[in-house]
Amino acid sequence: MLEIRNLWADYGGAPVLRGVSLDVAAGEVVGLVGPNGSGKTTLVRAVTRVIPLGSGEVRLLGDDCRALTSAELARRVAVVPQNPALPEGFTVLEIVLMGRTPHLRLLQSEGPSDLAAARRALAQTGTTALASRFANQLSGGERQQVVIARALAQEAPVLLLDEPTSHLDVGHQTAVMGLVRRLSQERHLAVLATIHDLTLAALYCDRLVLLDRGAVVAEGAPESVLRPEIIARTYGAEVTVLRHPASGRPVVVPLGGTTAAETTGGRLPSGDGRKDGGGG
Amino acid sequence: MRRARVLPVPDPGADAAAGGEAFALPGVRSAHGLLLLALAAVLAAVLLGVSQGSVDISFTTVVRILAWKALGLGSADWPQAWEEIVWQIRLPRVLLAGLVGATLAFSGAGYQGILRNPLADPYLIGVAAGAGLGATIVLVSGVPYALGSLSLLPPAAFVGAVVAVSISYGLARSGGVAPNVTLILAGVAVSAAATSAMSFLIIANHERAVSVLAWLLGGFNTATWQKVGMVLPYSLVGAAAVLVSARLLNVLQLDEEEAQQLGVPVERVKMVVIVAASLATAAAVSVSGLIGFVGLIVPHGVRLLWGFDYRRLVPMSMAVGAVFLILADLAARSVLSPSEVPVGIVTALCGAPFFLWLLRRHRRAVF
Repeated sequence: MLEIRNLWADYGGAPVLRGVSLDVAAGEVVGLVGPNGSGKTTLVRAVTRVIPLGSGEVRLLGDDCRALTSAELARRVAVVPQNPALPEGFTVLEIVLMGRTPHLRLLQSEGPSDLAAARRALAQTGTTALASRFANQLSGGERQQVVIARALAQEAPVLLLDEPTSHLDVGHQTAVMGLVRRLSQERHLAVLATIHDLTLAALYCDRLVLLDRGAVVAEGAPESVLRPEIIARTYGAEVTVLRHPASGRPVVVPLGGTTAAETTGGRLPSGDGRKDGGGG
Repeated sequence: MRRARVLPVPDPGADAAAGGEAFALPGVRSAHGLLLLALAAVLAAVLLGVSQGSVDISFTTVVRILAWKALGLGSADWPQAWEEIVWQIRLPRVLLAGLVGATLAFSGAGYQGILRNPLADPYLIGVAAGAGLGATIVLVSGVPYALGSLSLLPPAAFVGAVVAVSISYGLARSGGVAPNVTLILAGVAVSAAATSAMSFLIIANHERAVSVLAWLLGGFNTATWQKVGMVLPYSLVGAAAVLVSARLLNVLQLDEEEAQQLGVPVERVKMVVIVAASLATAAAVSVSGLIGFVGLIVPHGVRLLWGFDYRRLVPMSMAVGAVFLILADLAARSVLSPSEVPVGIVTALCGAPFFLWLLRRHRRAVF
């Protein structure tokens, strides 16, 4: 579905992506992980040609993405952006219908088939009840679901999600990631999601691709990518990797630095411990 | 302990049953009745505007004169002078006011749409200052600016406006992209430069300051059929371009990057709307002067009343802009009759309180 070969990209300066190659097949959820500034969002932008492609190749359903018009591209790949803008004055249904844009000719208005696609998208994301609400009446989790619904209404076989869970609490994080998994199965979508939280990525993705300074440094099943030595090398963080009690997937736990446990003499305070490990 | 939230599992059957009426298609389809009503309002405003004036001609006579001149209906049993007044003086004036009002309104809506800035108006990126400079040059240069029936003033204002917008857009655009902030800043800078040049010319030729000021404040007291004919093609083409772009303008409200990922050719849409709105506004300004407020406030008022969908916003703004400026011009020539108040003063004086009332009425819903 999505094939990226030796992709280079930049913002007019030093290269941000340096020869990235990866594949995503239909029905597969691939997690793109890596430290801040490793090029995750740039990859999403390059695939959708928001920034010009440098050298290398991006193939969507076998066709070079340079040869596609912007509407053709948008019929093949849908994006759930990191900080989605939901404009004021439009209802959720109207916003989801905007996902039909690449299917409409210039003078064409949305028709019954577009309405049907929007309704399917609303139903599958559980947002049917929100259809007539305005964007400013939505919570953070609901906004995320609505933007996913808009991407679904695009009916593109490839779905890119840029940090879909970064602003959500743990309940909405699991809900959204569960939804993404279910959609990839039901619609047979090829899903590539950039995810900050390594444990969350391991739990919901079939495969992980680890980026560091614009290049792929590890790729494969979550347990083969999320090894303490690899994480120490790319993130500069001391971690230990546990096993998830239910799924057996890796759980990444920070070790190093000055934690709350150390400063309080081993007694855990009632709040959370410090999340990040020390730099190194 | 709380368990992770689970999204409601979709039940297609229940959804189909519950959906039904709630899922109406947005956009133009739901607005046909509204548009017809708006058209009727424009027609009523035109008739009202033509029937009022310093010479007292009855409403039925005015309608009969119009019917006879336009459609050849009835018979002419009125003084020839009345026909002149209605057909050669009042009607072109009312039509020009309506045309300019509609043009400023759709241009304002278009600019607000592509710049995603509520403060945007058709004058923002140089049209007003450029036209003002062009007009001032002609007015102070001492050349007889009316050569027979052909006035140099409109072409000079038009050229000034187009040159100023071209400079703003040209400066802001690099690598095929014109970022909104750069565009607005370039427009502000170009406007400032043109306004300074204009001020200098006025100071240096202060004996003509009044005629420049009169032009700047705008008005329709010199309206002719010829001026209607000069503005009409630009307005029609401009309106068509903005109307065609209306659905894409909706998508642009998401964000330029998101719109592009939805397949919208963002820079092309921006260029089409800027060129269409700027040319139409330049043509309108060249015959009527700088009438403020209409292009900024009318689209906002329409949003507050009938929603944000550009497929409804653009045509409704045109209708409201036309009615508003026809009525404002009627007030401008009536209050101090037989002398006139510049119409720009009327638009701001009447429009501002009404708009503030709208804002307060809707503040919880929108602002």
